[in-house]
Amino acid sequence: AMLLFSRVNEAAKYEKKVMVLDFVTPTPLGNSWGLGGTCVNVGCIPKKLMHQAALLGQALQDSRKFGWQFPEEVKHNWMTMTESVQNYIGSLNWGYRVALREKKVTYENAYGEFVQPHTVKATNKRGVEKLYTAERFLIATGERPRYLGIPGDKEYCISSDDLFSLPYCPGKTLVVGASYVALECAGFLAGLGLDVTVMVRSILLRGFDQDMANKIGEYMEEHGIKFIREFVPIKVEQIEEGTPGRLKVTAKSTKGNEVIEGEYNTVLLAIGRDACTRKIGLDKVGVKINEKTGKIPVNDMEQTNVPYIYAIGDILQDRLELTPVAIQAGRLLVQRLYGGATTKCDYVNVPTTVFTPLEYGACGYSEENAIQKFGEENIEVYHSHFWPLEWTVPSRDNNKCYAKIICNIRDNERVIGFHVLGPNAGEVTQGFAAAIKCGLTKEQLDSTIGIHPVCAEVCIRSHLPIPASVAFWDKLLETQTSEFY
Amino acid sequence: MAALWRRRRRLLGAAGLCRTARALSGKPEYDLLVIGGGSGGLACAKEAAQFGRKVAVLDYVEPSPQGTKWGLGGTCVNVGCIPKKLMHQAALLGSALKDAQHYGWNIAHPVHHNWSEMAQAVQNYVKSLNWGHRIQLQDKKVKYFNVKGSFSDPHTIRGLTKGGKETILTAEKIVIATGGRPKYPIHVAGALEYGITSDDLFWLKESPGKTLVVGASYISLECAGFLTGIGLDTTVMMRSIPLRGFDQQMASLVTEYMESYGTKFLKKCIPTKVEKLESNRLQVTWKNTDSGTEETDSFDTVMWAVGRAPDTKALNLETVGVKTNSETGKIIVDASEATSVPHIYAVGDITEGRPELTPTAIAAGKLLAQRLFGQSSELMDYDNVPTTVFTPLEYGCVGLSEEKAVQCYGSDNIEVYHAYYKPLEFTVAERDATQCYMKMVCLREREQRILGLHFIGPNAGEVIQGFALGIKCGATYPQLMKTIGIHPTCAEEITKLHITKRSGLDATVTGC
Repeated sequence: AMLLFSRVNEAAKYEKKVMVLDFVTPTPLGNSWGLGGTCVNVGCIPKKLMHQAALLGQALQDSRKFGWQFPEEVKHNWMTMTESVQNYIGSLNWGYRVALREKKVTYENAYGEFVQPHTVKATNKRGVEKLYTAERFLIATGERPRYLGIPGDKEYCISSDDLFSLPYCPGKTLVVGASYVALECAGFLAGLGLDVTVMVRSILLRGFDQDMANKIGEYMEEHGIKFIREFVPIKVEQIEEGTPGRLKVTAKSTKGNEVIEGEYNTVLLAIGRDACTRKIGLDKVGVKINEKTGKIPVNDMEQTNVPYIYAIGDILQDRLELTPVAIQAGRLLVQRLYGGATTKCDYVNVPTTVFTPLEYGACGYSEENAIQKFGEENIEVYHSHFWPLEWTVPSRDNNKCYAKIICNIRDNERVIGFHVLGPNAGEVTQGFAAAIKCGLTKEQLDSTIGIHPVCAEVCIRSHLPIPASVAFWDKLLETQTSEFY
Repeated sequence: MAALWRRRRRLLGAAGLCRTARALSGKPEYDLLVIGGGSGGLACAKEAAQFGRKVAVLDYVEPSPQGTKWGLGGTCVNVGCIPKKLMHQAALLGSALKDAQHYGWNIAHPVHHNWSEMAQAVQNYVKSLNWGHRIQLQDKKVKYFNVKGSFSDPHTIRGLTKGGKETILTAEKIVIATGGRPKYPIHVAGALEYGITSDDLFWLKESPGKTLVVGASYISLECAGFLTGIGLDTTVMMRSIPLRGFDQQMASLVTEYMESYGTKFLKKCIPTKVEKLESNRLQVTWKNTDSGTEETDSFDTVMWAVGRAPDTKALNLETVGVKTNSETGKIIVDASEATSVPHIYAVGDITEGRPELTPTAIAAGKLLAQRLFGQSSELMDYDNVPTTVFTPLEYGCVGLSEEKAVQCYGSDNIEVYHAYYKPLEFTVAERDATQCYMKMVCLREREQRILGLHFIGPNAGEVIQGFALGIKCGATYPQLMKTIGIHPTCAEEITKLHITKRSGLDATVTGC
């Protein structure tokens, strides 16, 4: 994992003898990848690049309205994109191996598992076993996509582990799931011109602000992505082999006995991820895990119940599954272990962004969590729709982009939640997260001048946007307490 | 007072009877009269109307020497921020079209750009904003006069329509917000006759073609930038340094990128004359102050971007005693936006010592109205105002430049953290990220308060906005380091800055 890189670099910095074991168990369809973990190979990086490819498709359409002239409809070539993406990932894998070498960190492409206290067995892909001992251990094995456990899932379905290196265009795709992985993938596949359907068991983006989640779903639906709500697949059969082939999916309603069928070229499962903790011999060294989720509980120093064994990243219980969190935690851990530092990782107000077609950046409390924690009467929600200037000329939606700020009245109207739906949401949200870390209040927000004309300024009160539909805008920054749905 | 009334009676026609009556009664007709319907003026007027006051706005656009004029909304809406950003977007989309090929989109190159189509789309949008502003004023019951206002006496404004018809208006309080207009280098022969400015560029119906932009301001660079981006042969002529007043290291990176992007630069050159050729092209002669030689070339369009001057001449300020800065011509105001005359105020580009930005004008205008009519005492805070230069590779900043920080605190007392980074989207697109750079200027002492933040890269404005908030909250380097990054973005690199200039280490970010 990438976090491994920063952490071992950190440890190597203190001239400690460090070894990294990394091994990728192939997917059910036989897919594997190099050093760097989920983010680099089958997560953030390829995801964002394919999302960018989709955004560029939209840019192509917009550009005509800005005077750019080119003939017919422009088609997308999946292989060209995937090859470029994979080449870039390959350069990252290589970059990590070089960096580890430079920092004199021993790297083995082998599957590690504990066999007894202070000892791991490393098995490489040819089955050769070696034993290693160490003073301390850090478990950072991350997660892998979950399968449905229905007939045909492992044989015929793919997951995000397969999508980014698929050697053929997925074609008409059914995405099963309502996670950000599901929605982001469905989003860019549709943006590349594919026929996409999302099958959702219940709600979208569980754990995220539901008001924002629904807006994301609405936008996707309005832009051609089909949603089948409250159904789960019960069977996947192959009609025809091929690259892609044709699959028949049978699904059952969660609300009754209705059964539906559909035909797709590809079925992408994105229903959740499971921690890789069950088969690494944790029982041999006494590391406790949550039996139900497989996740490892740690204290605020990332230490497991076994003093010389630490854990980082997606496998941690009650922590966010995000690359920057893992990196930060890892770096600080090593500084504490070998650098005499005492700083712990700050998990509060960690910002994040969902790279759906309409991007969603968030930091702090969702509205429902804020109400639950502080009480309806103690929070104030300021909100506004906005129309990015770049969307005016190509006549794109003028009432879909949206921002809301949740304040704690009792605490000087401190900003406790920030949510923005619009282009470049990640770039917008990052700075606000820093401000929230500094204890931002509504008053400070109001007294800061906006940069004009950018989307981010809508979150600053001092600027009054001036779009064509004037009447609508009189509701700018309307105060609203609680009631939302 | 009697003398004033008599004067008014002589000037008024039949239409002005009711006004005369009111004037004679001694009470000014309006609570607030705003001269100038731009960012500052409109914000002030609308805010004052919220308090139930009788408000009027006068807006008038003196046509440019080339004859260009526009509607209500001021510089930003008509010949500034809005059309600029839209044309910048058109240029960015041109780059996007090139990137798209790398990402799998089968688009044949080269792709051509049609200026007229873009200009029309932009102009139509601007016109919708003019309209929107008029509706808004109507909704808020602010009276709007399309007249050119000038002072007759401290409480009386004489308004002249385009046709020469006169209106007399009186007001308790007056706000001057007439902004600025581009300067012409009148000592250069042919400058006025043959050159255009930003006042004209956005309203051209036909492509400007091969263009020479004279100036080193952000206006010059932004315009030259998008002209290059839409495929036009563009040259920038600069007398000395680019972006005076901005952090010079960042300014250099901006122009370096523009050079690699295709904009030609004539550095240390000053124009001496502009002549029209038979072909209708313009022949420009200039002096290269480095070599001392005289050079010449022909262009389809010459655009002057050599600075802006406040629009105060026509106002007749001397009559009422409003003091202006003798060098700049701008109106001198105090911290409450008051001029040397007690009931006369000024906001926006016309005021001395203030940033020439739309958001500051709007904020100042609103706060002024709140102080005048809403019992507020909040003054405008002009510190740490963030801004963005929308050049092909954008530059966003807030706070002090490095040189300013060194000047204020001494180089021993500041620490500069910096990094060269590569936006993820540039990788597959095989774009050059040499100038993608950021730096944070901090105080060196224990707390390490952030004095300035500078970022060059895509979406610089979006990146900087939130951090400007942080700086308003007194953000320190440790606080920023505690902030977790959002991955993958460009902005996250700011939360990871750790190499100092002082260390001399390589500041290139590796990894994803």
